[in-house]
Amino acid sequence: MKRTAIVLAAVLLAAAGCSNSGNSNGGGSSADTPGVTDSEIVVGTHMPLTGPAAAGYSKIAPATKAYFDYVNANGGVHGRKITYKIMDDGYNPANTQQVVRQLVLQDKVFAILNGLGTPTHSGVLDFLKTNRVPDLFVASGSRSWNQPDKYPGTFGFNPDYTVEGKILATHVKEKHSGKKVCFLGQDDDFGRDSLAGIEKILGPVAAKQSYVTSNPNVGPQMGALKAAGCQVVMLATVPGFTALSIGTAAKIGFKPQFVVSNVGSDPTTLAKTLGAAAPLLEGVVAANYLPLATDTANPWIQLYSKVNTQYNANAELDNNVVYGMSVAYLFVQSLQSAGKDLTRDGVIEAVKKGGFTGPGLVPVRYSASDHSGYGGEQLTTIKGGKAEYFGDAYRTDDADGAVEVYKTAAVAPPANGIPAA
Amino acid sequence: MTVVRDRVATRIASPPMHRRLSPLLVVVIGAAIVVALTYTLPPFRTYQLATVGAYLCVTAGLTVLTGLNGQLSLGHGALMATGAYTLALWQNKFNLLAVGIVVAILVTTAVGAVIGLAAARLRGPYLAGLTLAVAVVVPSIASTFDGTFNSDQGLSVILNPPPDTMTVEQWQAWVCWGGALLTVLALALLTRGRFGRDMRAVRDDETAARLAGISIARTQVTAFVVSAACAGLAGALFAVIAQSVSPGAFPLTLSLFLVMAIVIGGLGRLTGALIGALLLVALPAVAHEIGEAAGSQRLEGNLALTFFGVVLVVVMLAAPGGLASLRIPLKKKGQR
Repeated sequence: MKRTAIVLAAVLLAAAGCSNSGNSNGGGSSADTPGVTDSEIVVGTHMPLTGPAAAGYSKIAPATKAYFDYVNANGGVHGRKITYKIMDDGYNPANTQQVVRQLVLQDKVFAILNGLGTPTHSGVLDFLKTNRVPDLFVASGSRSWNQPDKYPGTFGFNPDYTVEGKILATHVKEKHSGKKVCFLGQDDDFGRDSLAGIEKILGPVAAKQSYVTSNPNVGPQMGALKAAGCQVVMLATVPGFTALSIGTAAKIGFKPQFVVSNVGSDPTTLAKTLGAAAPLLEGVVAANYLPLATDTANPWIQLYSKVNTQYNANAELDNNVVYGMSVAYLFVQSLQSAGKDLTRDGVIEAVKKGGFTGPGLVPVRYSASDHSGYGGEQLTTIKGGKAEYFGDAYRTDDADGAVEVYKTAAVAPPANGIPAA
Repeated sequence: MTVVRDRVATRIASPPMHRRLSPLLVVVIGAAIVVALTYTLPPFRTYQLATVGAYLCVTAGLTVLTGLNGQLSLGHGALMATGAYTLALWQNKFNLLAVGIVVAILVTTAVGAVIGLAAARLRGPYLAGLTLAVAVVVPSIASTFDGTFNSDQGLSVILNPPPDTMTVEQWQAWVCWGGALLTVLALALLTRGRFGRDMRAVRDDETAARLAGISIARTQVTAFVVSAACAGLAGALFAVIAQSVSPGAFPLTLSLFLVMAIVIGGLGRLTGALIGALLLVALPAVAHEIGEAAGSQRLEGNLALTFFGVVLVVVMLAAPGGLASLRIPLKKKGQR
């Protein structure tokens, strides 16, 4: 027991010793705002760089960082360079707890930007609120991010899954009326919100199944949907599970029309995962709200392509890269709008003020009473391995509002590719 | 199992009783150090300190079970999950933390008793297999009964904010170390008495123990139950620290890490449990630093596992009794 006491004292003192060095690098800010100095803004994120959701999603944060590097090389925002700290949480909510605490308490980031995942990010909302950390542009379409009274600093980015479900279901109602429509979704708010939107338009689906990311097998689910005689299968799945579902269905000779949520529909990612079976993707219907990576005539894609070549080691330009850079563009817009005297409250006020125009086909909805991101989507279909838009862009809400066509054309990016102050 | 038993039997050479410090004194000193640390450490280190405390609860209980009683459990992660989910469900309904922790311990104790009853009939690899199955089944239970446990997403835990005089991290560290030090005190007192001798007797030779009038089954079940109670407390504390519970927080690797940690620390010693708890927090952090320095965030997801493996191999080669068995030369002179 004497040894117990000595070891106890020694290790705890050692811990104290190394901690002091960790403490000193967080300070030095000229203002009182954590993570902001006269020359730097430190921002953090949590991303699935490994694990079941890494396919596709692991490219988002490097793309965001690449756009920040581009902005930094052009003088930064109000003279400050943006440092983007990317933490891997492996899409495991327990890891997210750990890495977000590290970002906020140890690395003293100014804000958490684009933290990815419904199950992962849900767990850190309270922590971020307690520490008054701006929680901007969450990479998920859960409706949880839109609770201005409960979480005043949290803002979503994606169209919420209910909005998306309503838009996808409207297409199914028009083009596949009378067919048996079924649903496979992730067993969390993602799947549930999506199903809620679909059922608002179509009424109850013929059969519904769910999966968990910790179990990479959807054989029983696809078998059940086949047995139910489904003709249209709507998927609320992350990319790895979209590919798995389509592949599994083909294996058991089940060929329904697949209609896929935006977050699980990037054709480049799916084709890579399916490998030789990539032709199965032909005709898959999905939706998007940002320019498509393969649309080389689009000025936004030209801008992103330039940034991608210069600052992202020329990674393959897919919709994840487009997404990551669009997040970065919106964040830079928010910082410009917040002004030179940057504070945490200031940036939240700037986002609430809204009025941002950017790459999206429909506008973002931010206001004092609405913290949800993009308000609609346009349908895509996969032809020759590439996604193509068809029809009109739609807008709706997460309640019982009508699904309406949105006609206003998207704006072009500024000449230097950086939003003005 | 025999391997574990033999090794421990040769390593645990208990010094004579009168040379030992009173466990109560150690705990009081420990509490003083922890309180001092919570006022000097920066918030993130205080949070890590709280995590060490929560880990110490489970490693202490596990080292008593495996080191002193010779039962190898690969399912303590699942017992932690039981405690954590119990606390989460309780908090979200009643929001009474102190009672909730007690309830979590009681529920886990009951679950531990069921597993312990089965475990007492099994030996060696069969026991490991049974407990392994328990660890594997957690995510399936959470997704099968998703109405209650909410699948992979898990549950958030409602907690009242701590008193204004302290930060959240200080409060977490106090709660966790309060639990940890009480656990250590209880286990130290328990293992010193008759029950400790019974456990060692059963571990070393069941036949001889039975001849001496010790009930083998009762000793094994009791040891498992005590250890499960500790795991339940640890799980509840983790739920408090993270303010959320999910199956991902209690994967199979956690159960394996726990066993590795107590082996590296030194089986059957509470000091070893402390070292193990520290390693469980420190090694992933070091892996992160290395991953960041190497410029690849993708590395760190896998690096911690590698690290644990390497440390295990090195420690087993250099100090087969674990880090706690290492003797500082200066001290050796004074003792002998």
